[in-house]
Amino acid sequence: MSNYDKVKIVVVGDSGVGKTSAVYLICNNQPLTSTAWTVGASLEVKLHEYKEGTPQQKSYFVDLWDIGGSSSHENTRPVFYNGVNGIILVHDLNNRKSEVNLHRWIMEILNRDSGKGNQSSDEDFDPEQFAGSSHIPIFVIGTKADTGDGVRQRSALSRATSIADECGADEIFINCLDIKAFAPGSTSAVKLSRFFDRVIERRFHPDHSHSYYDRRKLWPQAPRIFSDE
Amino acid sequence: MGFVEDTVIISGSQAVFFVGGWIFFVKQLFKNYEVHHLLVQLIFSITFALSCTLFELVIFEIVGVLDSYSRYVYLNIGMYFILFMTIGLIPFYIGYFVVTNLKMVGGKGVQRLLSLIVWFVYLYCFWKVGDPFPIISPRHGTFSMEQAVSRVGVIGVTVMALLSGFGAVNYPYTSMALFIRPVRPGDIQGVEKKLLQTLDMVLVKKRRLVVTSRDTSATRQGFWSILTRSGGSDLGNLREEIASLEELSRHLFLEIAELRNMQERVEWSKTWKGKYFNFLGYFFSLYCTWKIFICTVNIVFDRVGKVDPVTRGLEICVHWMGLDIDVRFWSQHVSFILFEIIERDSSSFGANNGYVLCLFSSSHAYEYAFRIQSDDHGGVRRFAI
Repeated sequence: MSNYDKVKIVVVGDSGVGKTSAVYLICNNQPLTSTAWTVGASLEVKLHEYKEGTPQQKSYFVDLWDIGGSSSHENTRPVFYNGVNGIILVHDLNNRKSEVNLHRWIMEILNRDSGKGNQSSDEDFDPEQFAGSSHIPIFVIGTKADTGDGVRQRSALSRATSIADECGADEIFINCLDIKAFAPGSTSAVKLSRFFDRVIERRFHPDHSHSYYDRRKLWPQAPRIFSDE
Repeated sequence: MGFVEDTVIISGSQAVFFVGGWIFFVKQLFKNYEVHHLLVQLIFSITFALSCTLFELVIFEIVGVLDSYSRYVYLNIGMYFILFMTIGLIPFYIGYFVVTNLKMVGGKGVQRLLSLIVWFVYLYCFWKVGDPFPIISPRHGTFSMEQAVSRVGVIGVTVMALLSGFGAVNYPYTSMALFIRPVRPGDIQGVEKKLLQTLDMVLVKKRRLVVTSRDTSATRQGFWSILTRSGGSDLGNLREEIASLEELSRHLFLEIAELRNMQERVEWSKTWKGKYFNFLGYFFSLYCTWKIFICTVNIVFDRVGKVDPVTRGLEICVHWMGLDIDVRFWSQHVSFILFEIIERDSSSFGANNGYVLCLFSSSHAYEYAFRIQSDDHGGVRRFAI
């Protein structure tokens, strides 16, 4: 068996938004037909080519941990948040509240890292705190882009959602039953593979990660940021 | 107080209840979902407002506020509306939504027809429920309101009794210290480690799967097909192993969830609230045991109790302790309050659903008040509590 390096990415979001379908589509390029509630976590592995097309191309294993979002298992979930290298947030385009709840998901993951005592899930999401603590790369996926009223779709697709703005994260809107959603060369596939590259970079080549600095983020440590605003 | 002022009071309180129901719907029931059917929200708020108004009228009846004529008028109006909702609108809509959400072939017309058929079936079952009970009397006729109210009352009391029974058993189990086992932190960590190890094994196998499938798809020439066939059975084995490991990981996860819930219950039982509920648990268990015993004795010996426990308790207070209280007046109030406490506690712990509590407690309250007034149903009063 090949000994490629691996990175761990957690896929979180409210119950029923389509995380398992999205992960299955990303890894197998086929839509998932039989959906069931995810109990605990379901794992998928994708072999990703880092810096594809360049001489530094290298294969990495990307472990996608699709974590069940039901609220009754909230006290058990922290066991999965160890050593997370990247976060994928999934929300349902037909349900605005699932997008609002993404703040709580980020807090849940970060609170686990900083210690279990901090159970303040009602706090407003603070980008400064997020940026200051561990700045794990984030990616946002909006699912069920095919259903729902067209008005909502149009307004959602024209501008990024607020959470993507706040974290400076990339965002895609997909329909998890569309076999061509992640076809090679499509925008979604390009953005996703850029995200994977960022995660791998941050984990294995920390001195190369300059791509962060041209995003709109509030990092008190980096004086360059003020000139970007 | 004139009729107009009473109208204003009733309408005002209805508006308050309507808004309250709306807010409850949005903030509690549908906290994490966006509502696309405004009609559902409307029906819920209207039903909630009507139920609360009925409840309010019953309280006014007992306490004696408002004109008796206006109370009568509003009770009638409220009853008609609620019956229309319970028997007509809501079952039809539920049937309609169920039919439209099933994956069936058939246009809109077929779906509407089917939902009508479902509604008629519901009406038939509703009618049949009243057969074993002596409701029909020549004074009232077959399609009068009394028929409908009695049936609603019967169903409501039964459902309440079931919920209370469930709550009575479930509630001591969850809150009494007798049933809570201590959990050591080492236990949880042990199972967590096992879970992470299992997931690691799943990942190792999945990586092998990914690499193998990439290699086999890359070398799909005829020369290698002999090797890929043996590789195929390997893949099948791998998939089976992965499936069984994933099943194991789910079991471990659920075990951790149970342990953590038990840990939270242990911590909760140490708080003041926990201790209070523990004490309540003992009290209600004893009360329920005594009730079961007395009911069995009554059924076996065919006794018809003339006086219910609250009145008897108050009589004891008057005779033995010399307290000067009007038994008839206070027994009504104390019964009502005690009934409310028991129903609220047992239902809220049993059903865990405020909507159910409000909707059914109002119909039950009406039934109970109705029975207090009519003396020839004294035997039933024993069971109503």
